[in-house]
Amino acid sequence: MPPRLALHRISKRYPAVLANDAVDLAVEPGEIHAVLGENGAGKSTLMKIIYGVVRPDAGEIHWDGQPVQVDNPAAARALGLGMVFQHFSLFDTLTVVENIALGLPPGTPLPTLAGQITETARQYGLEVEPLRHVHTLSVGERQRVEIVRALLGKPRLLILDEPTSVLTPQAVQRLFDVLRQLASEGCSILYISHKLDEIRALCHRCTVMRAGKVTGVCDPREETEASLSRLMIGADLPVPVRQSRAPGPLRLQVQGLDLERAHPFATRLEHIHFGLHEGEILGVAGVSGNGQQELMGVLSGEDTRARPDSIVLDGQAMGQRPVSWRREHGMAFVPEERLGRGAVPELSLGRNLLLTHQGPNTVRRGWIREGAVHRLTTDVIRRFGVKAPGPQAQAGSLSGGNLQKYIVGREVIAAPRVLIIAQPTWGVDVGAAARIRNELLALREAGCALLLISEELDELLELSDRLVVMAKGRMSPALSRSEATRAQIGQWMSGLWPGAGDLAASSGAAAPGVQHA
Amino acid sequence: MLWLSPLLALLLTALCGALMFIGVGKSPVQGLHVLLVAPLSSLQGWAEIGVKMAPLLLCAIGLALCFRANVFNIGAEGQLVVGSIAASAFVLTFDDGSGGQGGWLMIALAVLAGAVGGAFWASIVAWLRDRFHANEILVSLMLVYVAELLLSYLVHGVMRDPDGFGFPQSRMFDDDFLLPILPGTRLHVGIILAGLVALWAWLFLARLLAGFRLTVGGLAPLAARYAGFSSRRALWGCLLGSGALAGVAGACEVMGPIGQLTPSVSPGYGFAAIIVAFVGRLHPIGVIFASFIMALFYIGGELSQTRLGMPSAITGIFQGILLFSLLACDVLIHQRLRWRS
Repeated sequence: MPPRLALHRISKRYPAVLANDAVDLAVEPGEIHAVLGENGAGKSTLMKIIYGVVRPDAGEIHWDGQPVQVDNPAAARALGLGMVFQHFSLFDTLTVVENIALGLPPGTPLPTLAGQITETARQYGLEVEPLRHVHTLSVGERQRVEIVRALLGKPRLLILDEPTSVLTPQAVQRLFDVLRQLASEGCSILYISHKLDEIRALCHRCTVMRAGKVTGVCDPREETEASLSRLMIGADLPVPVRQSRAPGPLRLQVQGLDLERAHPFATRLEHIHFGLHEGEILGVAGVSGNGQQELMGVLSGEDTRARPDSIVLDGQAMGQRPVSWRREHGMAFVPEERLGRGAVPELSLGRNLLLTHQGPNTVRRGWIREGAVHRLTTDVIRRFGVKAPGPQAQAGSLSGGNLQKYIVGREVIAAPRVLIIAQPTWGVDVGAAARIRNELLALREAGCALLLISEELDELLELSDRLVVMAKGRMSPALSRSEATRAQIGQWMSGLWPGAGDLAASSGAAAPGVQHA
Repeated sequence: MLWLSPLLALLLTALCGALMFIGVGKSPVQGLHVLLVAPLSSLQGWAEIGVKMAPLLLCAIGLALCFRANVFNIGAEGQLVVGSIAASAFVLTFDDGSGGQGGWLMIALAVLAGAVGGAFWASIVAWLRDRFHANEILVSLMLVYVAELLLSYLVHGVMRDPDGFGFPQSRMFDDDFLLPILPGTRLHVGIILAGLVALWAWLFLARLLAGFRLTVGGLAPLAARYAGFSSRRALWGCLLGSGALAGVAGACEVMGPIGQLTPSVSPGYGFAAIIVAFVGRLHPIGVIFASFIMALFYIGGELSQTRLGMPSAITGIFQGILLFSLLACDVLIHQRLRWRS
């Protein structure tokens, strides 16, 4: 039986880079096949070629043994390809069925389609209500909509691009069950990810890419994470050095913080309470959309509606202080959204530095000191290994991971005393993520107090001294590093912690059955 | 490609113009020659273009800054009118007709009065937007008509020349309240002022933190919030600044080529400036070239009325064609047309 999909020596050159260099890939029917690689390794380009978005310069695509030419996504769907993108393409104000109808040829009556959606969803144990508006859905539910949309085309090959970055551990397990069921029915699956543990748990085979080339094909179940990452980055991962260190004095104190929602789709914050000490990393776990953005807003000063004394920095009430005051007092922030908030895509890296560096070093009497800005930007680029031609490069032209390195670097060189950082390694490849984590640990070593908001449990467990969980706008008591387990945090993510909302329940009140290290 | 778009638009405009001349039975070559080339054949023509350029450039620079910050002030015409009223009120207060009260200091103060008047008119827009979230496009546009009616009321009433046989216009200003001119022409010092303002705006956007704030606020409002740039400050700054520039343009008109306050101080400079700002790609240097083209249309339009017997609407027609061509070029450069069966 010929492979479902076979690529032979696919090459694609962009003006600056060779994105794919004679890539071979074969996916058998019913196989879950991982494509593993760093940012910029050429995974996305390869998927775009398979899905007909980009045309290769050379090479052949075989489908069930027959050579084919995929001119556009419609042709790909006609062949039996489905794709779930990393960034959802759903309209908030439309219902699920309306969203799905948009991607189909006109003519299908909506009630019929709604029936098909319910039917397909039930078949795979995916709960999707066709008539709900998308804005009322959680991120996990939106992903299910995307998967159902892809499944409606009865695909024989389903491509998923980083599908688990938005899911709780429990939801990841449910997704894996769906994928295994699909595979057992003969559908092939191409699974793009940088999470080594998931690939080892789910996939039958793994193609590893580096710098546009295939560096290895293996059975991930027989590899270790170390051997996989060596294939991927061509070297051993830098191991984060985390020294134990007694926490210093209290820097930031949040107490009794309540905040009404600013718009209908926001989350209300209730009784948020935590303290952040010098030389400590406090991790905030939770699925996004449970109040993390709102918390980030009141801490960064973008939202100044908080009661003044509900947020106290070094003894000064700052609930209603502007962003500039907070930065002048040693705070720095890395927001979750890189483009449009953390950086302006149309502007150069140098200009983007100015977003958060407006002190006398870079601005004198209202005039921008070009030389100084250029020097600082070059420093960030070099020290954090940002792949960019120079300070004049447009922020929007950098890949997501590179831009994240730049933004984190920009905040780190300000030597902050309190750093609030959200999703520091979201979509960043393993090598760069390790580098960013090491920088965060170095900041902690230097006495900075860090609040780390992340959806990646591994990252939180690796870096944090203490952990809290956010669910539905509330915050759990803190768990110390030694007490925290994946299972318990996963459970708390649904808001089920002992004495939920009761501030007296301190870090000692861990759930029964947890092994104390 | 985006920078080429205005040039393409200009070519398209000339092409449409040629077709229009053919349509009304004139020679297209002669028509375009009168419209676009003849005004440039004498010093007098150049000077007249400068006279038109000054108010266009002053208004358009202010508007370009506004549009970059996503503040859609389309009421420069009204701000210009109120500026001209304020400057005239200042002059009429101090000029008793006997001569000798003027001088460069009084002229400067009168221009400043115009700036204050224009800024005041724009501040109404800013306040309504800031306090009530009123749409600045509608409010600024409607205030144009209020300003024009106010002007009409004043020149029919308190500011009317008592010895003017009841004509709705003010006294002629004394010579030493008029802007210095290039001898033998009507070209006044306003054009130099406008050029300096354009250069300053260029520096402002390229080198000053305040200009950077404004750019970020327009490109990425969320990034501006993250950086701590106040959107209210940008709103007030843009509107007060552009209002003041339009006010200066109005002051220069009454103290320059007109020499008195009349019911029609502007043939729509404030509206034409919107086109100028966009044709100039909202870039201060681009705006200089764009204002030259628009001024050329004004003078060429006048010439084709006298030489070819075309109607006075011709200037407006060419302005409109230019704007539509530019929009079409922009759309077709960014998007591709596809016919659906």
